[in-house]
Amino acid sequence: MRPKKRMKEIILLKDGELALKGLNRSTFEDILIKNLRGRLSSLGEFSFFKSQSTIVAEPLTEDIDLDEAVRRIGKVFGIVGISRAAVCEKDIAAVTDMAWRYLAEELQNAKSFKVTAKRADKAFPLTSPEICDEVGGAILSHFPRLKVDVHDPAVTVSVEVRDKGVYIHGAQKPGAGGMPTGTGGRACLLISGGIDSPVAGYMLAKRGVKLTAVHFASPPYTSQLAEMKVHSLLGKVSEYAGRVNLFTVHFTAIQEAIRDYCPEEMFTVTMRRLMMRIASRIAEWQGCSALITGESLGQVASQTMQALRCTDAAATLPVFRPCIGMDKNEIVVISRLIDAFDISIQPYEDCCTVFTPRHPRTRPTLAYAEEIEALLPDEDAMIDEAVKTAKLLVIEAYGDNAE
Amino acid sequence: MEIYLDNSATTPLCKEARDAMLSAAEVSYGNPSAVHGKGIEAKTLLETARRQVASVVGASPREIRFSHSGTLANNTAIFGAAAANRRSGNRIVTTAVEHPSVARCMDALEQQGFEVIRLKPSDDGHFSVEDLFSAVNKNTILISAMLVNNETGAVNPVRQIADAVRQAGAPALIHVDAIQGFGKLPLKTDALKADLMTFSGHKVHAPKGVGALYIRKGVKIKNYIYGGGQEDNLFSGTEPVPAIAGFGAAAAALGNIDRSLERAERLRETMIENLSDVPGFRLNSPADALPYVINLSVTGIPSQVMINALSQKGIYVSAGSACKKGRRSEVLTAMGVPPAVIDSAIRVSLSRFTTEEDVLGFCAGVQEAAGKLRRKR
Repeated sequence: MRPKKRMKEIILLKDGELALKGLNRSTFEDILIKNLRGRLSSLGEFSFFKSQSTIVAEPLTEDIDLDEAVRRIGKVFGIVGISRAAVCEKDIAAVTDMAWRYLAEELQNAKSFKVTAKRADKAFPLTSPEICDEVGGAILSHFPRLKVDVHDPAVTVSVEVRDKGVYIHGAQKPGAGGMPTGTGGRACLLISGGIDSPVAGYMLAKRGVKLTAVHFASPPYTSQLAEMKVHSLLGKVSEYAGRVNLFTVHFTAIQEAIRDYCPEEMFTVTMRRLMMRIASRIAEWQGCSALITGESLGQVASQTMQALRCTDAAATLPVFRPCIGMDKNEIVVISRLIDAFDISIQPYEDCCTVFTPRHPRTRPTLAYAEEIEALLPDEDAMIDEAVKTAKLLVIEAYGDNAE
Repeated sequence: MEIYLDNSATTPLCKEARDAMLSAAEVSYGNPSAVHGKGIEAKTLLETARRQVASVVGASPREIRFSHSGTLANNTAIFGAAAANRRSGNRIVTTAVEHPSVARCMDALEQQGFEVIRLKPSDDGHFSVEDLFSAVNKNTILISAMLVNNETGAVNPVRQIADAVRQAGAPALIHVDAIQGFGKLPLKTDALKADLMTFSGHKVHAPKGVGALYIRKGVKIKNYIYGGGQEDNLFSGTEPVPAIAGFGAAAAALGNIDRSLERAERLRETMIENLSDVPGFRLNSPADALPYVINLSVTGIPSQVMINALSQKGIYVSAGSACKKGRRSEVLTAMGVPPAVIDSAIRVSLSRFTTEEDVLGFCAGVQEAAGKLRRKR
């Protein structure tokens, strides 16, 4: 428990790879702050300011739920460390008193500690070592069992003297890492409702990519529950990736045509090729530079290298497959990390499992795939219709955040 | 257009139940255990509802206990009877096709060391009287069987249970899960000779959140919920008075059960007639089943696809086979229904409010879906 008396608290965010980006850095930080603002806006008003490699998030009203704010910030890409800090006036007596009170809970349960001090405001009368002495002494007098250990302390008490005040904080929690979403362009995720595609979306978002999503629904062969499952999955991805525009494509007529005109062994590859065509169209229209799928090499018949070549050839954009070299177990680890796994394993049919051939062709040649696809009558008209009638739904993790 | 034919899953509220609930919630909102006027008002509603439910099955009001769900009533009946009777023997006889609220209790009792015999359904869709007689011995302390099978509407010969008990000289209590039969079959507890019977409100146009357990006068079972001692100490917890009042009102509004049954019979015939020329159509329910529950297949169209297709048109039915992945309905399998037919099975369940128009609308929906969903070449 933090002390009952309301002391002013802020959140300090360390940005990671951003430091490497030279002159772009300021732009990147601006995008990161915009993302943070979007993610936190439904909690209340914050002000953000940059200071060296730290972004300071300061709540502007007292009733803001900072626990929830820290949880949300933990899923914002571009941040490597998060600390919650108390803000103290620039007076050494006040600083020493607040340090032990603010971190009492952590110190109570620890065996050893050290104090680090940074004095950015050189007008402060004490030097950094002097601050450490004062604060460390006060802590020792209140927690006599604690030992000072400067090499491997259980708790590090940080005191930062800055222009606007003194910040006191304990351990830094790891952030989500990665690059701020939006700094890496936009790509279109093909999402099925399984385990892999949300993971693929998460992985690219982590590299700064903003997501648009396309889902293929085939009612009545697939149920409304399967679509709702995709909405929940994207909700989870959106906690990391920010707002996602989801296009749901009505795919029934195309699947029925494939069923009626193509040999069974080529159902899946032909279906995947049409999905690529439709997704490419929507992606280009939405300003995306690539497609993203959750495919993993050899996982199923349509994910052999030969089959992937056939599907790739139907796409007009590069296809990113971040899970391509991963085992299912490795994908599941990430799926659990983003809390999507339990949703993914709900048992609703998706359009990949409708009309599943008993013996799919595992090594189709491109020429054969093209020959089979040519059997479909009015293919272009069907694709036009599918693109035109796709329904847009905006998925935003915390409801009213605007990015 | 909305055609609701999933009445074995749950039913919409009837007007009588709604009015009773509102008045119970807004006017007689006291705690029935309270001794002041508001409490007495609520208590009076409980006793009215008790009389109303009792009269449907020809029981005395004192033999009816209200529970918070059908599942809770089944659990209490089974664990309560097994505990009360455990010194008299070790065998429990039930069927292999009970609702989970009975089947899972039996699994638990088996783990506790009881010998549980599960009667398999015969090709008529219900348990065979012969199997029953050979399963019941003088160590049998409890027999629990559903009256109406929820997948097919097949009616179990539960009247025979008492004879089997007598013949074996067993100390057994007889429990009948009558949730699917209450208000649909003319049930008289005397005729069924059951010691315990379970009912549920929301299957007969009462709200969710209320069930009832009939306990024949003189029968004692052990409680397994502990608390304020409500409902003869069997269902502790403040009584859900609005739901109970709704259940009572819905029971009183059932009307002539025989006449409704004949109507359901005619509706079922209309349905079968109208579907008979649909390619792949097959009726899976036995001919003598409760006509409110109609299990049928349009072979080749998987259950879920048919449900989705009908649902898009505002027609609501459920899957005909409560199957887990890789395991098909035991009832339909026992009746000799081929696997491909089982995979297409849907359950259409009527209520006394179902109209001929509903049935014809459903048939038209099936015909259209059957035409569209099949492979063209």
